[in-house]
Amino acid sequence: MELFLQQALSGVATGGIYALMALALVMIFQAIRHLNFAQGEMAMFSTFIAWQLLAWGLPYWLAFVLAVALSFLGGALIGRLVFLPIRNAPVLSHIAVFVALLLIFNSLAGFIWDFSIKPFPSPFGTAPLFGGLIGAHQAGMLLVILVVVAFLFWFLRFTRIGLALRAAAANPESARLVGIKVDRMMALGWGMASAIGAVAGIMIAPVVFLEPNMMLSILLYGFAGAVLGGLSSPGGAVLGGFIVGVAENLAGTYVPVVGHELKLPIALFLIVAVLVVRPEGLFGRGTVERV
Amino acid sequence: MTTLLKVRGLEASYGDLTVLRRLDFDLLEGGATTLLGANGAGKTTTLRALTGMTRRSGEIVFDGTSITRMSTEQIVRLKVAHVPEGRGTLTAFSVEENLKLGAITRPSGREIAADMERVYGHFPVLKARRRQQAGTLSGGEQQMLAIGRALMLRPRLMLLDEPSFGLAPAIVAGLLEMLDRVRREDGVSLLIVEQNVELALGIADHACVLETGRIVKAGTSEAIRADADVRRAYLGY
Repeated sequence: MELFLQQALSGVATGGIYALMALALVMIFQAIRHLNFAQGEMAMFSTFIAWQLLAWGLPYWLAFVLAVALSFLGGALIGRLVFLPIRNAPVLSHIAVFVALLLIFNSLAGFIWDFSIKPFPSPFGTAPLFGGLIGAHQAGMLLVILVVVAFLFWFLRFTRIGLALRAAAANPESARLVGIKVDRMMALGWGMASAIGAVAGIMIAPVVFLEPNMMLSILLYGFAGAVLGGLSSPGGAVLGGFIVGVAENLAGTYVPVVGHELKLPIALFLIVAVLVVRPEGLFGRGTVERV
Repeated sequence: MTTLLKVRGLEASYGDLTVLRRLDFDLLEGGATTLLGANGAGKTTTLRALTGMTRRSGEIVFDGTSITRMSTEQIVRLKVAHVPEGRGTLTAFSVEENLKLGAITRPSGREIAADMERVYGHFPVLKARRRQQAGTLSGGEQQMLAIGRALMLRPRLMLLDEPSFGLAPAIVAGLLEMLDRVRREDGVSLLIVEQNVELALGIADHACVLETGRIVKAGTSEAIRADADVRRAYLGY
C-alpha cells in the first residue's frame, strides 16, 4: 500500500510537469492550430538561461522569475516574427519551421553550454516528507505547478484580456470585428506558452538533470497528456498530463514487462489509442451548435 | 445634418475580379441608409471594404479621419460596429461573454455593466439565456445577440449585413423597430444591407441601389420607392 501511494504521488508530481507541457502545447494549438514540436527545446533553453543566471550568482527565485520573464519575451517574439508571417502557410511549412526551431535551440544550447550533463539546484531540498511518501522537491514542484495552473485558469476565465485571448484563438475574424488586436493576442499566447514551458523545465531539471536533450521524453508525455485531455481544452490537457504521469509510474512499478525501459512507449500507445478511439480527447469540448 | 461617412472612388477586388467600381456615397450623422441590389451586386463587399475586411482602394473618411489605410481593429475602435453576414457570433462562448467582447475595447467599469442591462432590456430573452453557449441560440436570438454585441461598443455607426436573413417576419419587424429606436434615441447612424427592399425602405431615410459593383441610383427612400425601375426590379409592381 505504501509503495502504491508513493508511486502514485510521485506520478502526480511528474504528471504536473507533463500537465504544464500539455498546457503550453494547447495554448499554442489554440492560437495557430498546430502542435509545437519545439516546445520541449524552448523549455530546455529557458532552463539553461536560469542555470546561467544562477551561475552568475543570482538568488534562486530571482533567477527563476527572470528566466520565466525572458522566456515569455522570447516566445512572444518567436510567435510574432516567425509564425505570424506564415500563418496561412500549409501544415508542412509549419512542421518544417518547428523542426528547424527544435534543432536550432538544441544545437545552440549545446554550443553555448556544451552537451555535458549538469546538476540543477532545487529550492526545496531533497528531504523526505510525510514519512517518506514524497520528496521535498516533488512536493514543492507540485505546489508551483498548482499555482501556475490556478493563475492561468483565473487569467483565461475571469480577466478581460483572457477573454480577448480566447476569442482571438476561437475566431480571429469575429475577434477583429470587436476591436481585438489578434496579432498581439497571438504573440501573448506564444509568450505564455513559452513561460509555462520554462517553469516546467526549471522544476524538472533537478530530477532529470540539465542537458540539451532533457525535454525530449517529457515533451512526448506532454503530447500524450494534451491529446488525452483534448487539444481544445486547457483544463483537460492539465488533467491529461496528471493522468499520464500517474499511469506511467504505476505501470512502471506494477507491470513487470513495462519496467523502466517501456515507459515511453506507453505514452506513444496512449496517443495512438486516443486518436483512434476518441480524437477530441476526454475533455475536449464538442461544441453544441444548431444547424 | 453633418456627414459622418464620406466614400469616394471606393474599389475592391478579390484577386483579378473587381467587385466594386468607384463607389461614391455619403452617410449623414444620425441617418439610416440602405444598400439595395441583387445577389452579387457588391453589397456585402461594400460593408467589408468599409471596415477593412477586404482589400480596398479609394478614399473613406469617417468623421473627418481617413480610415482607408486602417486595420479592422483600428476602425472598430473609432466606434464603427459591423454586424457581418453570418452574424460573427462566437458560438462556443456564452451569451454574456459575447456581449462583454462587444465592449472589450472600452475601459472597464460600471458603464459596461449598465450597457449590458440596456441590451438585456432590449432583448429580455438574452438575459434568460445569458449563461448559455451562444451556438445553441435560435437564429433570431443569435441576430439579437449580434446586434446587442454591436451596441456594447456604443457605436456611432452600425453596419448591418442582412439582419433579416433567415428570420421570421415578426422577429425582423421587432429588430428593425429596435434599431430605429437606437438611431433616434442615441443618434447611432445605420448602414443596412438588405434583400428585403420593402423592409429596408421602411427604416432607412436614404437608399443606394447597387448593380454589378456600381451605384446606379441614390436618393431619399421615398424617391427610390417611387422610381419605376426600382419598382420593377426589386418590388415587383
